[in-house]
Amino acid sequence: MAEITYLQAIRDALWEEMERDQNVFLLGEDIGVYGGSFKVTEGFIEHFGPKRVLDTPMAETAITGAAIGAALMGMRPVAEMQFADFISCTFDQLVNFAATNHYRWGASVPIVVRAPSGGGLRGGPFHSQNPEAWFVHTPGLKVVAPATPYDAKGLLKTAIRDDNPVIYFENKYLYRHEKGEVPQEEYEVPFGVADVKRLGEDITLIAYGAMVRESLAAAKEVAQEDIDVEVVDLRSLKPLDRETVLASARKTGKIAIAHEAYRTCGLGGELAALISEAAFEWLDAPLVRITAPDTPVPYSPPLEDAFRPNAKKIADALRDLAAY
Amino acid sequence: MDLTNDQLLDLYYWMRLTRAVDDRLMLLYNQGKILGASFSQRGHEAISVGAAYALDSEDIMAPMHRDLGSYLVRGMHPRRIMAQHLGRVTGPSRGRDGNMHGLGDMSLGIIGFVSMLPSSLPVTVGVGLSFWLREEARVALTIFGDGGTSTGKWHESLNFAGVFNLPVVLICQNNQYAYSTPVSGQFAIRDIADRAAGYGFPGVVVDGNDVLAVYEVTREAVERARRGDGPTLIECKTMRMEGHAAHDDARYVPQELLVEWEKKDPILRYEGVLQDQGLLTPEVQEEIKTRVMAELEDAQAFAVDSPLPDPSDLEKGVYHEADCYWDRDPVPES
Repeated sequence: MAEITYLQAIRDALWEEMERDQNVFLLGEDIGVYGGSFKVTEGFIEHFGPKRVLDTPMAETAITGAAIGAALMGMRPVAEMQFADFISCTFDQLVNFAATNHYRWGASVPIVVRAPSGGGLRGGPFHSQNPEAWFVHTPGLKVVAPATPYDAKGLLKTAIRDDNPVIYFENKYLYRHEKGEVPQEEYEVPFGVADVKRLGEDITLIAYGAMVRESLAAAKEVAQEDIDVEVVDLRSLKPLDRETVLASARKTGKIAIAHEAYRTCGLGGELAALISEAAFEWLDAPLVRITAPDTPVPYSPPLEDAFRPNAKKIADALRDLAAY
Repeated sequence: MDLTNDQLLDLYYWMRLTRAVDDRLMLLYNQGKILGASFSQRGHEAISVGAAYALDSEDIMAPMHRDLGSYLVRGMHPRRIMAQHLGRVTGPSRGRDGNMHGLGDMSLGIIGFVSMLPSSLPVTVGVGLSFWLREEARVALTIFGDGGTSTGKWHESLNFAGVFNLPVVLICQNNQYAYSTPVSGQFAIRDIADRAAGYGFPGVVVDGNDVLAVYEVTREAVERARRGDGPTLIECKTMRMEGHAAHDDARYVPQELLVEWEKKDPILRYEGVLQDQGLLTPEVQEEIKTRVMAELEDAQAFAVDSPLPDPSDLEKGVYHEADCYWDRDPVPES
């Protein structure tokens, strides 16, 4: 198997899906001639032409609305938000139109919205956000957040083939930092299926996106101190794999949750509620959350480093939890 | 004008049916049988009927809450519209959305609307985009109000349509009020149609109470779009004759304005035109009235006799999947 970057995996998924299905097309700001602000779609317009790689005006609402309309006519649009932060500009089209349409009158809206998210790159308050919780809260949307090249490719293929609106959070830090093996042959990663990235007996550490990488590093570190951590990568935030989460929680009895998004009403709160409702009797310690604080994402390195969870902060929390 | 005598009378029938269904919906609301809200379109028949009549069956339309006539002309049965208002499972939303909201049916080329107006406008632009990408000679048309033109999504959509020169027809139903806000509080220009110049396509003002004028202008815009010549913005000037919704007595509207516009009632005006042409004889008028009343009574009876939705279906069909809720008949076979 070939080892490729997370970014290459996303490129490969888009390229292969566009070759497979003429209905798949891309639209977004600066994605064509320029190849996208992160060069995810570099070379696409030369191969597929300007009618399948649309450079649009700077208008997130029109981009999403256009994707919805084309999807209602049977196409498979993949809309790029230049940064996940800008998705708030099109909140209305996503939560009011795309999310409710099928429930309200039965017409499905098969769109994918790619949202490059996350910090650690000194992007500041408006180029670093992790707004997944808004969409996980919205009935009718599906939300995924891959952590590895394998999952990035497989989940994007599944997203494009899904008949429902999918918000695909691709982590910018992982684009070039994360490498992994991806098979040559065709595969998909199903939604609603978490992946246990590391088996362990003492603590269940639940993460997704960039925090999977940090969690695995933290687990490796505390393993030297005989703390055996199981790392559960959610991969799909909605639908959520309740069974895998609960099975691991019941096995270890100690739970830590790491996410890069803000603390209040983040995924960690929902996971805590789920575990409390369905695995309370198995718990040996209060659940721990390692998250960003409830502040905007700051720019200056000491501030952002204090803001963003990392392997060290997670390892410290794991030690405290092990000692409980 | 490319309309035959039969089509001219057809327009009249649709306008009469629209008014009759609308009057009945308001009556049912006042009787406490329609819950929540009900939106009268009284006085807007020329726009909703004239615009929809200008489309071909393969075209797509996204009407809103005061376009009852458009839904009827596109083929949505009055039974289903009445069932929707009474929260019955036989309405297009199966009781999940109310009144004129969510009256969508892709098999009729109708996109159901969302309250955050003009939410259907970016989507209509997207439908037009799909026609342009696939090189299909089809047209997407939507209607929005004067209030909707103040939103960012309105401007983004027109700009997007202009940049790609999409086959769309964008109709503003300027009825002078958005809820209680008069147009003077909505924009600082006289004609919304002027804004089209800023997006690089034509804008036209038309008398929104003249069905033939609305039809003709829309038909021209539809043909222009179908030829690949791009979007048109049409501003139909009219007057909202009732409150925003049935609960609203609209006391903020000057009485003399309503008196003035009552004289321009689009149905009575069109009757005069048809009578002058000798098409609308008393016999024909009576025959149409009888047909309309039969349709109306049938629709109401159907809706009243239809079952309410089953609460056990509450969580079904949020997502599309194989053999999902929407693939099955709304009324289980007994």
